[in-house]
Amino acid sequence: MSARTSLGSTPSRVRTSAPILRGYYAVLIALLYLPIAILVLFSLNANQVLAFPLQGFTLQWYSNALGTPTALTAARNSVVVAAGSSFVATLLATMVAILVARYSFRGKQLLLALSVLPLIVPYIVLAVALLLLFAALDVNRSLWTVGIAHTVIGLPYALLIIVARLGGVSPFLEEAAADLGADYLTTLRRIILPIIAPAIVAAWLVAFTASFDEFALALFLAGADPTLPVFIYGQLRFASRLPMLISLAAMVMVGTLTIVFIAERLRRRT
Amino acid sequence: MPGLRCGSTSKPRSARAQPLVTTPTPVARRTGPGAFRTGAGSRPLRLRLDRNTTFWGLVVPPAVWLALFFLAPLLLIAVISLRPDLRGGVLASFAPTIDQYRTLLEKPTYLRLFGTSVGMALTVAAAATLLAFPIAYFLAFRAGRHAGLFLALLLIPFWTSFLLRVMAWKVMLGSNGVINSFLLSTGLAREPVEFLLYNRFAVIITLVYVWIPFVALPILAGLHRIDPSLFEAAADLGSTPVQRFWRVVLPLSLPGVIAGFFMCFIPTVGEYVTPLLVGGSAGSMYGNLVQDFFTKAANWPLGAAMSLVMLLGTLAFVAIALRLINPRQFAA
Repeated sequence: MSARTSLGSTPSRVRTSAPILRGYYAVLIALLYLPIAILVLFSLNANQVLAFPLQGFTLQWYSNALGTPTALTAARNSVVVAAGSSFVATLLATMVAILVARYSFRGKQLLLALSVLPLIVPYIVLAVALLLLFAALDVNRSLWTVGIAHTVIGLPYALLIIVARLGGVSPFLEEAAADLGADYLTTLRRIILPIIAPAIVAAWLVAFTASFDEFALALFLAGADPTLPVFIYGQLRFASRLPMLISLAAMVMVGTLTIVFIAERLRRRT
Repeated sequence: MPGLRCGSTSKPRSARAQPLVTTPTPVARRTGPGAFRTGAGSRPLRLRLDRNTTFWGLVVPPAVWLALFFLAPLLLIAVISLRPDLRGGVLASFAPTIDQYRTLLEKPTYLRLFGTSVGMALTVAAAATLLAFPIAYFLAFRAGRHAGLFLALLLIPFWTSFLLRVMAWKVMLGSNGVINSFLLSTGLAREPVEFLLYNRFAVIITLVYVWIPFVALPILAGLHRIDPSLFEAAADLGSTPVQRFWRVVLPLSLPGVIAGFFMCFIPTVGEYVTPLLVGGSAGSMYGNLVQDFFTKAANWPLGAAMSLVMLLGTLAFVAIALRLINPRQFAA
């Protein structure tokens, strides 16, 4: 073999493994999409029972979903909780990110660990813990309690995105700003935040979608006002409403994918 | 630091040896927040106070928030688990007792279910990792120009509603579901196969499905970090492609593989939603037991003890596993 040979360009290797891997990828992707595709197919099928053969095309379930006030209220609740909790999570994550990347202090490792730890605590434990806290504080369960839980789980995701971006920003920009007479808060506001703005928006959107889809915590912490996943779960016991619920979830899926797409574009922009 | 500062723009005022921004130094760590700019003796006092004030403004909100809504609740679990009952409310004083833990030990079904849940989580994590690895390998080395598109295709299911994906498997596996319709219409089965849904198998297959895209991400990151010149070096030394895979690619990608494995394992141990939907009573997990004690059974102290056992058991398991595997030996 020549010196130029590398894993990516070995002819024999490409010939043997590339088609197999490509085929494996194609099969696995097909299997990942199949259940979702079948569900979407049923949401367009004029039959209350989710079974083959198909009975004909209809948009009835979609109009049903949009005509169900409780569903729309639940969707609105989810948007409010996701918007609020992702705002707080991103704000706190930005603060922690600046501290981690730009300051040196005792307890830094502890703060970082506390911020990332929610990633490795099973959600049911966090749900139970917050349930106890709110009971101890005599706080009734509501959208607020769900939102607070979602700030805790959104923070690590937002933090990882913002820290990655902040790591690529030269500290000497801040020094230059200081040399020109800016105090540190002004430097943060006028120099650092604009530079990491795309990452902050991406983090906010990721935290938003994480909250919007979250169910395990919401089921424990939501009061009389359900979020969308809690509403959908509550309706699942009525078999006749299944097609309507699926059309609801399909519409949410399109919305979520749009948000994720925007987030990804922003994260990649440099 | 040398060479990075723009000498042409620096004013006499900034003739200092250190950049404004401090990097973690042992000195700073020892002296605490008030002195994190020990090297900046010549800097104007105003600027120093200013950065200090900003520090407190930045550190207090997240620290207080996390202490109140993350640390305190977890400690509260430990406190409540030592109560005999919940008489007098959550904050009432009580004589600590280990009764709840004794109950937990006396009823072997509880801990056995925890063991089963750990086993199920291991199965799910192992299957998802094995299935995701070739995908990540393809995306890292074989996808070519369209790698970004192929990655996006993989991630779309991951961003699809979790409940929708679990519901999808309920529809797939049910007695008049997709698989049974297929079996009946092709004549492969005379009557609907009932053993697909409402058992541990259904929970495991659904969770593997849910986790595959997520597990592929850290593996992909691990593969991307491998220096391609290592492949050339191995080839120059006469290795075969198979040898290169087993002795170069796999060991170097192990930190990513292990990260993916545990990012799937930990949430799966505490899973209770998927068993509710596709598991039925035969497929219920430890998380469902905890949920029952906080809802139907309304025995919060016992539920708290069980949650704490789950949290500590899971973290201990991960710590021991990481010590045994020692990912650093591969990353070196």
